[in-house]
Amino acid sequence: MLTFIVQRLFQAVLVMLVVALVAFSLFRFVGDPVATMLGQEATVADREALRDRLGLNDPIAAQFGRFVVNAAQGEFGISYRLQQPVLELILERLPATLELAFVSGVLAFVFGVVLGIYTALRRDGVLSNIIMTTSLIGVSLPTFLIGVLLIWVFAVELQWLPSFGRGEVVDIGGWKTGFLTVNGLQSLILPAITLGLYQMTLIMRLVRAEMLEVLRTDYIKFARARGLTDRAINFGHALKNTLVPVITITGLQLGSIIAFAIITETVFQWPGVGFLFINSIQFVDVPVMAAYLIFIALVFVTINLIVDILYFVVDPRLRVERSTGGG
Amino acid sequence: MKRPALGLAAALIAGGFLATAASPAAMAETLRWARSGDALTMDPHSQNEGPTNTMHHHIYETLVTRDNDGVLIPRLATEWSIKEGDPTTWVFELRQGIKFHDGADFTAEDVVFSINRVLEDTSDFKGLHAAVEGVTAVDDDTVEIKLSGPSPLYPNNLTNTFMMDKGWAEANNVTKPQDFANNEESFAVRNANGTGPYRLDSRDPGVKTEMSYFDGHWDDKPDVTKIIYTPIKENATRVAALLSGEVDFVQDVPVQDIERLSGTDGIKVTRGPENRTIFFAYDMASEKLRSASVDDNPFTKPEVREALALALDREAIQKVVMRGESIPTGVQMPPFVNGWTEELDKYEAPNTDRAKELLAAAGYPDGFSVDLNCPNDRYINDEAICQAFVGMLARVGVTANLVSQSKTLHFPLIQNRETDFYLLGWGVPPFDSSYIFNFLVHTKGDALGGWNGSGYSNADLDTKIKAIEIEVDLEKRNAIIAEIWDQIQEDRIFLAVHNQVLAYAMKDNISIAVDPENQAEMYFTKVE
Amino acid sequence: MTDITPEQTQPAKPARPRGRLTRWWDSDVAWSFRHSPVAIVATFVVAVMSLAALLAPWIAPYHPFDPATLNLLDGFTPPMQENQFTGNVFWLGTDDQGRDIFSAILYGSRISLFVGISAVLFAMTLGVTLGLIAGYVGGWIDTLIMRVADVQLSFPSILIALLVFGIARGFIPPAYRADMAIWVLIVSIGLSDWVQYARTVRGATLVERSKDYVQAARLIGVPSGLIMLRHVLPNVLGPVLVIATIGLALAIITEATLSFLGVGVPPTQPSLGTLIRIGQGFLFSGEWWIILFPSIALLALALAVNLLGDWMRDALNPKLR
Repeated sequence: MLTFIVQRLFQAVLVMLVVALVAFSLFRFVGDPVATMLGQEATVADREALRDRLGLNDPIAAQFGRFVVNAAQGEFGISYRLQQPVLELILERLPATLELAFVSGVLAFVFGVVLGIYTALRRDGVLSNIIMTTSLIGVSLPTFLIGVLLIWVFAVELQWLPSFGRGEVVDIGGWKTGFLTVNGLQSLILPAITLGLYQMTLIMRLVRAEMLEVLRTDYIKFARARGLTDRAINFGHALKNTLVPVITITGLQLGSIIAFAIITETVFQWPGVGFLFINSIQFVDVPVMAAYLIFIALVFVTINLIVDILYFVVDPRLRVERSTGGG
Repeated sequence: MKRPALGLAAALIAGGFLATAASPAAMAETLRWARSGDALTMDPHSQNEGPTNTMHHHIYETLVTRDNDGVLIPRLATEWSIKEGDPTTWVFELRQGIKFHDGADFTAEDVVFSINRVLEDTSDFKGLHAAVEGVTAVDDDTVEIKLSGPSPLYPNNLTNTFMMDKGWAEANNVTKPQDFANNEESFAVRNANGTGPYRLDSRDPGVKTEMSYFDGHWDDKPDVTKIIYTPIKENATRVAALLSGEVDFVQDVPVQDIERLSGTDGIKVTRGPENRTIFFAYDMASEKLRSASVDDNPFTKPEVREALALALDREAIQKVVMRGESIPTGVQMPPFVNGWTEELDKYEAPNTDRAKELLAAAGYPDGFSVDLNCPNDRYINDEAICQAFVGMLARVGVTANLVSQSKTLHFPLIQNRETDFYLLGWGVPPFDSSYIFNFLVHTKGDALGGWNGSGYSNADLDTKIKAIEIEVDLEKRNAIIAEIWDQIQEDRIFLAVHNQVLAYAMKDNISIAVDPENQAEMYFTKVE
Repeated sequence: MTDITPEQTQPAKPARPRGRLTRWWDSDVAWSFRHSPVAIVATFVVAVMSLAALLAPWIAPYHPFDPATLNLLDGFTPPMQENQFTGNVFWLGTDDQGRDIFSAILYGSRISLFVGISAVLFAMTLGVTLGLIAGYVGGWIDTLIMRVADVQLSFPSILIALLVFGIARGFIPPAYRADMAIWVLIVSIGLSDWVQYARTVRGATLVERSKDYVQAARLIGVPSGLIMLRHVLPNVLGPVLVIATIGLALAIITEATLSFLGVGVPPTQPSLGTLIRIGQGFLFSGEWWIILFPSIALLALALAVNLLGDWMRDALNPKLR
């Protein structure tokens, strides 16, 4: 187990390096940062001078080397757009994204598992079919449209909920939380639904499918024959055995929630890292883009690691596989 | 309050949890302000960019400013004139008794410091002050600026040059605008100390900026005493925020929403022309185009340029794409600008048949195809304008392949002359034709012609463009400007489409005048 | 397995008792199909929309992709009303460029469907193959594939799209760029989606591999490639279909999302998603038809595909019969 984790950590560093390299080689396709950093009066010579100062005229390899050396020391440079240290910027925006991702992740998981179990157990019920069909409507429209529609209905027409931003936040040791104010919680509702809807549907359908499969297996039939209660069978045996793929998908979805937050944050003017990233693409804010990608890579590598460890815990058969797999 | 009646269940929830989202327009003195972008920095000399300058005009002040008609008026300077006996020096008399937010006195030394700071390498305003050779404080209230030659219009370049406190800058080690290569945040990025009517209370970049009235300000007390500024990037969300009562004033209103907003109870929209012209231009110099289906460069032929002009239906674009919110024009210059005449502003009526004939006469009876480069995040409905023009061109036989992309990809194409055919918008902050000539008409060189993407080069015009820079006799100068414009129109260097119109939407009880440079001023805002 | 359409089943008459179609007609899958109204309706919707998209050039009243036929003054005409300048009438109205919405939907679904199907096929082929190899072979190949997957997952699809677009800009001659945009999209969406298949297939393969029958097959010397195909593949088909089903709808919607972020098909040749992105700007201004009709079309298409997939998953899963 320990060797496995150490091995994985080593691989994680490698993954981050590759991400940084790929990121760097594609930045020059995004645009020219100097075009937006200087006013329209800037001369050709001014632009060249700035490019030189930023080191943009150096070969990609040299820029990459410099970036890695600095990044290893926790130094990601200054944002071209906001002129603040990038690490500070990302850490400042992170609570907004994490709180949003957490709330929508919890919403998606809780509703997904509950509705998934319900629709599996009442497979032919009318309510089950309604749930199955309506949940699909939510994934059959693009996220940005759902967000705008929610704003239209709940902010403009009904005026129940705020249309943008995080509302009032409370600063607890540098972590700005929206959980502690009424206004902050209200502001979370629409974005969290927008972001969690797709994941909820996916989890629900997966839980249902896995439950249905497991309920048909011999050992469940055997348990039933032994006279165990429905409750014990459904939740003790069936649910437990559906967890492997559900954990995989949920784990992976956690990552894509953070990636997908880009859209939700843009629509709701949510001051998180995804919104920061989208704005930095438009401004060709290379230091922010690079740091964001490294951050996302870190999140995914961590999630992968956790999912792999959970596999170990949940499915004992894999332990044998691992030890003989030689990976 | 126009809150709709709620259902029972909803009312129960609302009572406990969802209550205060739509509280009505807050206290009269607080103004909640939203626009698409945020100021990039609080450092007044680091970024010469619209929203950044707008914010700085509340906190910092300039020597001179413009009223809403574009006329130069006093601010921190009360009078200015060319020094007697020395046409290369301007003398500024400063307003007395001015204080910075931290209590320090504003003196001539601060002006000298600020102008020198603007001339630093890392300043984004140094281009406007390239002619400055030296600044001296004659006494506490008088400053002389020495220029490399006679510069009759120099004060026009000072309308966005903000004055900083020398003592504060030295104490906080911000005597230069921030250098991006140096990996440290400068103190001035998030802190400010100006003489302006508002002081900076808090700043969360990209999220929220709060300012409140500085009661040591020299002028009358404004109606608005507190400003909460929130950038909202998405058009729909920004409009929704105003409709739902979460903000009081919205800039950058999408043209299609103007009607709906004006028709909504409690909201009004004011409009005014912007100092910015949208135009098409083309490569007039290359022997062969990069993207064309033909082996030569059609744009070098006057008949082709005329045909393009006859293909463009400006009024259709105005009616449909711009919803009436634009002013079609035949010249690449808004009416505020010195050099504008009604005669120049006129444009030909579109004529598809004549355009086809001209193309055939130029040797393209079957037309030709070419890429049209267009930004999609810079001007009002920029991509839709290009798309509409693609359709109009198709009807005269020119197949334009639309390549629309972000300004960060589009602008370098023009600066590096890598485009055959493009759309660009140009504002004229000094309100004088020379600004257009210097950047768009003069042969591309190190200092001038930086945005001349067409490769147009006319030695005679270059001489004239240089001549008006130093011509002190304004009548003579204006005559040369008129000559240059006649040549530009004859050669059809630009295919002007329209001047942009700005729309501000706000709560009924406030009045904010539209500024031609989109510098909304809360200081002059009236609240009932 | 993808050839399940009612059309094929119709001509099979009892006259040829042992024909393949008849045998198929009697199979469990076909039986399940005949007894699922949702599946029949969904198939019908998908078939009609696919057919309409396929035949768009012949059945659409206008040619929205030909800029020469557009009249800007037709713009913003409400459905079934006369335009204030031209007096023209359009069934579902026109958008901001004067495009007939009905024709634009037909042409737009053509692009959306093409992008969606191609991207899913691309992602599925890539993902399933790599997942099977990783899960079955194991060892350093497994490690390599899954690390590549990690790197891949670290990139939001928007960035992959930007990368692929950027590279394409370097390689494709300007004249072909507009035509290539659609292929670039397919590769971008497919590339950002294969990891899901790979991870799921690998996970399931790991479980299957430890089962007795595979071990037994290996012991009696059946080549490993054959074992994978014969035994593992059918068993992992269920989860793969779940992903592929949502994947098709997702691909169509990802295309729409990319257009929201400013990457995608040229605005002169809008897909369904692009039409919605354009229409979104007119949500508050009263031109509801520009967003409503394309949204309904997209919703109907995505919903039908999803429902069809729901049924397919249950019907094709041997464990559920």
